[in-house]
Amino acid sequence: MGLLSDPNRRRALTNLLTRLNAPICVVCYLAGVMWFMGLAFEPFTLRTYMSENAMGSTMVEEHFPAGERALATGREFAAHKKKVGGMPVNWLVKTMESRGLEVFTQSFTRKLPFPDENKERYLVRGTNVYGILRAPRASRTEALVLTAPCSQGNANNQAVGLLLGLAQYFRSQVYWAKDIIFLVNEHDLIGMQAWLEGYHHTNTTGGDWSPLHGRGGSIQASLSLELSSDVITSLDLVLEGLNGQLPNLDLANLFHAFCQKIGVLCTIQGKLQRNDWESTSGYSHSAQTMMLMVLKQASGRPWGDHGLFLRYHIEAATIRGINSFRQYKTDTTTIGRLLEGMYRKLNNLLERLHQSYFFYLMPSLTRFVSIGYYMPAFGLLAVILLLRVSFHLSDRRGLGVGLTRYPGVLSILTPVVISHMTGVALYCLPVMSQEMAVQHFPVSETEAVVLTAIAIYTAGLALPHNTHRYTLPLVLKLVALLYLAVLLGCTALINFSLGFILALSLVPIAAFITPHTHKPLSAAIMVLLSPGCTLLYCVLIFQELQETPVSLQDGWMLFLSVISQGILDHSLYGSLVYPLLALLIYPCWLLLWNILFWK
Amino acid sequence: TAICQSITQLMMWYANNAKYFPPPSTAKDQFQEELVIKPLHSGDIYASFQFRTQWDTDFLLGSKVSHYRLFPKSLGQVISKFSVRELHISFTQGYWRTMQWGQPFLPSPPGAELWVWFQDTVTDVDLAWKELTNVLSGIFCASLNFIDSTNTVQPSASFKPLGVGNVTDQRFLRYAVLPREIVCTENLTPWKKLLPCGSKAGLAVLMKSEKLFHSSFHSQALHIRPVCKDWQCKSTSWELRQTLNVVFDLHTSGQGKREWSLFKMFSRTLTEACPLASSSKVYVDITDNPQLFELSPATPLVSQAVVLGDGRTYSVYDLTDHATFGQTHSLNVLLRWRAAEREMLRPLLHGERYVAGYGLQTGEIHTLVYNNHPYRAFPVLLLDTVPWYLRLYIHTLTVTSKGRDNKPSYIHYQPSKDRLQPHLLEMLIQLPPNSVTEVTVQFERALLKWTEYTPDPNHGFYVGSSVISALVPSVVAMDTNNTQERPLFSSFFPCKEESTYFMRIYTEPLLVNLPTPDFSMPYNVICLTCTVVAVGYGSLYNLLTRTFQVEEPSQGLAKRLANIIRRLRGVPLLT
Repeated sequence: MGLLSDPNRRRALTNLLTRLNAPICVVCYLAGVMWFMGLAFEPFTLRTYMSENAMGSTMVEEHFPAGERALATGREFAAHKKKVGGMPVNWLVKTMESRGLEVFTQSFTRKLPFPDENKERYLVRGTNVYGILRAPRASRTEALVLTAPCSQGNANNQAVGLLLGLAQYFRSQVYWAKDIIFLVNEHDLIGMQAWLEGYHHTNTTGGDWSPLHGRGGSIQASLSLELSSDVITSLDLVLEGLNGQLPNLDLANLFHAFCQKIGVLCTIQGKLQRNDWESTSGYSHSAQTMMLMVLKQASGRPWGDHGLFLRYHIEAATIRGINSFRQYKTDTTTIGRLLEGMYRKLNNLLERLHQSYFFYLMPSLTRFVSIGYYMPAFGLLAVILLLRVSFHLSDRRGLGVGLTRYPGVLSILTPVVISHMTGVALYCLPVMSQEMAVQHFPVSETEAVVLTAIAIYTAGLALPHNTHRYTLPLVLKLVALLYLAVLLGCTALINFSLGFILALSLVPIAAFITPHTHKPLSAAIMVLLSPGCTLLYCVLIFQELQETPVSLQDGWMLFLSVISQGILDHSLYGSLVYPLLALLIYPCWLLLWNILFWK
Repeated sequence: TAICQSITQLMMWYANNAKYFPPPSTAKDQFQEELVIKPLHSGDIYASFQFRTQWDTDFLLGSKVSHYRLFPKSLGQVISKFSVRELHISFTQGYWRTMQWGQPFLPSPPGAELWVWFQDTVTDVDLAWKELTNVLSGIFCASLNFIDSTNTVQPSASFKPLGVGNVTDQRFLRYAVLPREIVCTENLTPWKKLLPCGSKAGLAVLMKSEKLFHSSFHSQALHIRPVCKDWQCKSTSWELRQTLNVVFDLHTSGQGKREWSLFKMFSRTLTEACPLASSSKVYVDITDNPQLFELSPATPLVSQAVVLGDGRTYSVYDLTDHATFGQTHSLNVLLRWRAAEREMLRPLLHGERYVAGYGLQTGEIHTLVYNNHPYRAFPVLLLDTVPWYLRLYIHTLTVTSKGRDNKPSYIHYQPSKDRLQPHLLEMLIQLPPNSVTEVTVQFERALLKWTEYTPDPNHGFYVGSSVISALVPSVVAMDTNNTQERPLFSSFFPCKEESTYFMRIYTEPLLVNLPTPDFSMPYNVICLTCTVVAVGYGSLYNLLTRTFQVEEPSQGLAKRLANIIRRLRGVPLLT
């Protein structure tokens, strides 16, 4: 207020901002990056704690005894799976019925927009089998879900065996207050999507499924189990869901608490907890864990079968058994006891999990960074855009054009519309024109889609830049800056990781691009920092962090498959990353490109 | 006309219904008790107690009654004080699983249900209803005092009087359901105290609460209605029926052994009948006997009855006969299973309900009504009571059967008023044979005032069960080929009582999440508001009250030093 009332000081501040604009922007950028990297430093993070009282103090005991029998059931399941060559529906129905569950099936068909080469599927037909354990004296208003996928090959047989074993054991207990639904889903996420849409009677992505006949009311929480070996060395917790949604932190806390209690090694992002945060390697370990989480979250795809539950406000996570070369092994009985304990605590819930955080990053299982701590990192990047806007408004010589007359707002419509039309083409054409592409070029449908997308993306760079003769670059730049600020701000609120990564690459070029910079150099930098290239770097960094580094050529192939997966995720599950990039971020980048090639 | 026919048919049923009661004997008051044990297909076991007290008095004619024998005084006073004509109250913990257990003898929705017909002499029905619910709340130790105008409705067709009399003006009817009510021993004890023998003798000794509540389903109910005193029906008497239905679970209490006995179910055996009872019997449903289970001790008494449109055979143990107890002086009925069928039943009429959609803004209530009869269509009355905070979009109401629009022949809709009255939707729908009829209606979730949320708002809010009332074609009429047990001459024309029977089923209640504020937010808001007030208001106040003065620009330090030196030297000062 003092600043506003005193014209001298106000002028001084404006002068400061104008004069030192570029250095301040650079400082902000570096501070944002430093802040972000500091989030992984242990003294700066909070220790996780159980917020939900119903799960914290209540003592539960675990007595699940039948791990061996569960493994035998798993082997039986594997044999039947091999015999039928897919989901052994009849066997599962019979087995679940003999365990005292109410059993129902759901069949679904799904035609993918183009063949999925990673999983080798195009026209998917399948059946989900689920059994409901009715809680005594409960009125079908609340339910918990335990799922295990029926995967191809020999994967996850133990998970189905353990699921059936737990069903049998849970059925003979009296303390259940919520119905428990045991679901074996076929074709992983496609089956899960069909089941969830059937359960909630929605149809967001145009799948074809038969209606469900048995329900258990509103689902409070869900766990997906993936287990492919008889003994495991550690359990990995997967949290990232569709569009970067995360389950309530209490679910992760619950898992960690039981791992501690029962003595099972637990990991997140496949990385163990380390205690040497003072050392460089300790810090880099937690930084890597956090970076992996950021990259996974930014991808917006479900990283386990649980990922689709989050849309329905059902807290869900995937628990994945990992068998490495470590000496210490955990048997199935122990995993069964762990799950029993978790379900008993979830059963004690009076309300939905809501006490703890929904927005967080985890540098390790015991540490978390809440939204209040990580948002400033993004804020420091976003403020650069606003600083540049204020700079251009106060210092009109910045772009070298004296503003003698203001052209109408309409005049900037031409470049804006053209860039957005390119975005629409990038969004629609790859899938629509795949048939034509396959006829004319010797490629498969998947390659056709991906290569069309890349072609349109590249062609956008060559669009005419002289159509907007009456526009001033200043106006265009201001519009582009504000547009980008709004876009990134909204993205970061929904999916922080995606917003932050995009801000890292787009903010520098948005801030410093003018028609007067050195054209070839600037053009090269712009292309290198374009959304497409950012995606490529993310793929390479992700592989590096996962300790499976790839060569540049493999990286390129991976990049192509990531694009096709992104398009598939969008059309199958409604992931928003592809439309966001194609329809909004890419046109925004094209606007900046226009400014660079101003004549 | 089809509408009128169906409704009159239903009403006729209600009216006729009163005359099928067993003839009362000449004694003034009467008490009968019975227990029906029905082994269920799923391997579970269903035990249904029924106690009937008949009271030959008519205090509505003006005479003040102060002498009570078998009829509980607390209820008699309630009837006379509030001029109640009929009273039906049920407390249920659990949901009846029609697909596994078939139909119950007396259906009831989860939670507490209360419906009352008042005499037409009552002038202020709402007031009487309010007081009555509070009194009943005290009698049964239940939260019936939560019944207020926001969950009370007056159904136009679904709940008709079950006793004699022909007043059917819905103004004298009140119906309310509390789906969240939890039933426990504290409700059972006062219920038991209403029995003439208490839980000291007779069948009631079996009611040990730790066993009754160690079950899959528990329901206790109480029905009061006027019935004919004799065949001429010149005067009426009061009938009080107390029922208790329990289903015991095979898996959790059977411990794997497939056998049941009275002792195992109730941890008691029977030693005597209630001395006040004129009849005291235990029935065991043996219709499927030789294949399914064996029964001991054997009893020569067999009774046949048509229950819910199905002819059933029962073994009867008469507790008033000393021979029943044998040498051990106790009766412990034992059932040993031979085989259990696990497949689900296909009950003729079956209902389901769920909330569709996601997000906290809108949603859709789906009600599915199954007619599994292979060739007969029949009408059902569907009653939906939805609290006001789910704002129904009634224009989105659709009724479809077999993929085609099914226009209800009668719709009674009473819109809700915020914080005053719930939605009431009653429809008469014709169910085509072998079909699923789907009723959908969209709703919007209201944002409540912050004091209106329950203490655990993130648990969700309950919507009571829908009530489906129907005259269902009987199974007896359905399999006319089955003549092995009945004489041929009896089975050509299906006789009227057996051709249709009345059935009421309840769907599951719904749990709906409303948009809920973060209740720790007030703290944050207070902090934020205080900061804003302190900084913003302070500065603004400062700006508004400050007096501005033109100030001489102060000289720089260098200049001031220079001026001091100049003054010393006597040279003109710098400005």
